[in-house]
Amino acid sequence: MRSTRRDFLATAASAAGAAAAGDLPVSAKEHERGHDHPHQAVPSDMALRVKSLESLLVEKGLVDRAALDALIDTYEHKIGPRNGAHVVARAWVDPAYKQRLLTDANEAIAELGFGGQQGEHMLVVENTPQVHNMVVCTLCSCYPWPVLGLPPVWYKSAPYRSRSVIDPRGVLREFGLDLPEDVEVRVWDSTAELRYLVLPERPAGTEGLTEDGLAALVTRDAMIGVAKVLPRRRGDGA
Amino acid sequence: MNGVHDMGGMQDMGPIQEEKNEPVFHHSWEGRLFAITRSMSAWRKWNLDALRYQRELIPPEQYLRMSYYEKWYQGLQDLMVKAGLVSREEMESGKPAAGSPKQTPALTADKVPPLVAQGTPASRDIPVPPRFRAGQRVRARNINPVGHTRLPRYARGKIGTVERDHGIFVFPDSNALFLGEKPQHVYSVRFLARELWGDQAKPQDTVYIAMWDDYLEPA
Repeated sequence: MRSTRRDFLATAASAAGAAAAGDLPVSAKEHERGHDHPHQAVPSDMALRVKSLESLLVEKGLVDRAALDALIDTYEHKIGPRNGAHVVARAWVDPAYKQRLLTDANEAIAELGFGGQQGEHMLVVENTPQVHNMVVCTLCSCYPWPVLGLPPVWYKSAPYRSRSVIDPRGVLREFGLDLPEDVEVRVWDSTAELRYLVLPERPAGTEGLTEDGLAALVTRDAMIGVAKVLPRRRGDGA
Repeated sequence: MNGVHDMGGMQDMGPIQEEKNEPVFHHSWEGRLFAITRSMSAWRKWNLDALRYQRELIPPEQYLRMSYYEKWYQGLQDLMVKAGLVSREEMESGKPAAGSPKQTPALTADKVPPLVAQGTPASRDIPVPPRFRAGQRVRARNINPVGHTRLPRYARGKIGTVERDHGIFVFPDSNALFLGEKPQHVYSVRFLARELWGDQAKPQDTVYIAMWDDYLEPA
């Protein structure tokens, strides 16, 4: 890890040409943080570089700080997987809605007030006892923002992008999902501007739940297709 | 371009590391950079395909080592300089060049909600006849362009079936290079996993790939 970080800093500094920030030492605190997040090899100077970039662009009148704040607030607090969970729960309780969702996802999702950036062309794919769908973007990080928010790091990472198409069952086992041999696994590679939302199976034993109660069970991972929805909510928010 | 970004089918990338209760941004600079990138795209000096292509141009050893938002930083910087919105000297000094005019931001806070809500559709409402129809057997063309393409290597030369026609969309291969939108139909094409990967795949498993007309030929 130590040498990797040092190599990285050297390469990144010369590549970015940010002479002002490139020579800064890695603080002990940043170093420790690097060990806590091995998949997030973050050089300590990125914060300074981005700060410098922001002030340059503000000074040139190219970006508006209030617009930056509004964008961050939108994706940190307003748009996330709870949107998708409401779509799924509605489809579970309303067969006519589910039909609309599967035939014209954009319209049906817009009925609940969601849509827009990086979800302009939605497709909803339904999991059944015979078919399991999962979504990947092998070429970059395409993901349905209006219903799931911004993608988690693992979705954008090389291990998931590379292996999902060639070994989907192995990938699903890593997520703790061991599918029966006879199920058809369908992997959707997000190569175009179509964005996919998996409609998971409604778990047995949830007949008495309200739509909101059902939505609370639906996880982000189930809507990407790397998990099933369980009849009870697990401890974490994944 | 046959670059490292085209990862489908590689096997040596290690385990998937899921983080419980992951934050949207791990550091505040990631959020700032995300928002700066969205804001700078509002100048319309480039398009989403060009932005993706710019990140693909990051040298492979750096591409693999960089975190996601470090790639965003590199791609944005290179595009801004190419487009003439900032100079290398300004990037290095962090200060506007002497005498450079102050502009009015293309994206102001009041324009954020409509941008987020409406998005930037890549579909085009012009008549272009489809070259293929649902149910037709097709072969993904064996092309190896050095520019941008969204036809993954693992699908080239493989035979599949058109499942659904999604309508007419901007063609990324030309759009990324600012050579025009060349709108054409996009289809979901169903490939048997065995066609792609051989007998190690389960016979019933499939991969669906979105394909433009120019990526396909009759099979």
